[in-house]
Amino acid sequence: MNLVDIVEQEQLRDDIPEFGPGDTVKVHLKVQEGGKERIQIFEGIVIKRQGGSVRETFTVRKISFGVGVERIFPLHSPKIDKIEVAKRGDVNRAKLYYLRDRQGKAAQVREKRN
Amino acid sequence: MMKGILGKKVGMTQVFNEEGEMVPVTVVKAGPCTIVQKKSEEIDGYNSIQLGFEDAKETRVNKPLQGHFEKYGIAPKRYVKEFRIAGVKDLEPGDEITADTFSEGDKVDVTGTSKGKGFAGTVKRWNFRTGPKTHGSRNYRLPGAIGAGSDPARVFKGKKMPGRMGRDKVTVQNLDIVKVDSEKNLLLIKGAVPGPKKGLLTIKETVK
Repeated sequence: MNLVDIVEQEQLRDDIPEFGPGDTVKVHLKVQEGGKERIQIFEGIVIKRQGGSVRETFTVRKISFGVGVERIFPLHSPKIDKIEVAKRGDVNRAKLYYLRDRQGKAAQVREKRN
Repeated sequence: MMKGILGKKVGMTQVFNEEGEMVPVTVVKAGPCTIVQKKSEEIDGYNSIQLGFEDAKETRVNKPLQGHFEKYGIAPKRYVKEFRIAGVKDLEPGDEITADTFSEGDKVDVTGTSKGKGFAGTVKRWNFRTGPKTHGSRNYRLPGAIGAGSDPARVFKGKKMPGRMGRDKVTVQNLDIVKVDSEKNLLLIKGAVPGPKKGLLTIKETVK
């Protein structure tokens, strides 16, 4: 194996649940505040996953006080305490950019039925 | 004592630091280097240590170098380079220098040979401005005037012109060492270093 891959392998987390675009996730973030650490939760719809290996990131979109907010997280970041999958979404795209142009009910994602 | 080692660029990646932030790093396979020769003020006129890096086939090494390696009883090496180091007593020919000479947080200067760009114009080579692309202009990437007319009646030396670009000796100063893996002989250096993958690098303690 390539030496760069070996370096990357050491960084990878193995506690990441399976999730993809359309899923609603709760990202538990470790936040440092005045020397203390607490957990902050960012909940929203995953609109994309991008990159590979240690560089992989995912984007979570939510509507906060009527304003759309998107945050990009490195998937393997040690700042993430855990990722919780709240809902599985049923979508036909890998990148859900169309949600940005929609509001209210139209900006929802159908839930996956098993 | 000044620290120095020879290495090879493996590639670039990213790692997380203790604060959980992402740091861009270059992976360098550094050493193990064997000390071939020790030069001293009395005999050679200056103090230095000659390092050999990576074993070479005997047929790949020319006769004068073969004799040099034989003299010190060392297997032929592919790369040989000198480091001006004064006052080293505990190192003798045959000793090995490994990546753990350096430790996390050290500042280093990295020297390598930059990637060759071939024959490049003034825009790419010297960051000249381009001409207008429209309004009837046909002067897109031309260098323009290169000097005055009948006085001085010549082009000044050192005038920036098109020509071969790259494949120069380049040093990047004051880079951080993010991690040292002594088992695999790897150094993770923050940021980019000159040259292509597999390119030979000289890593020294920084002069700054």
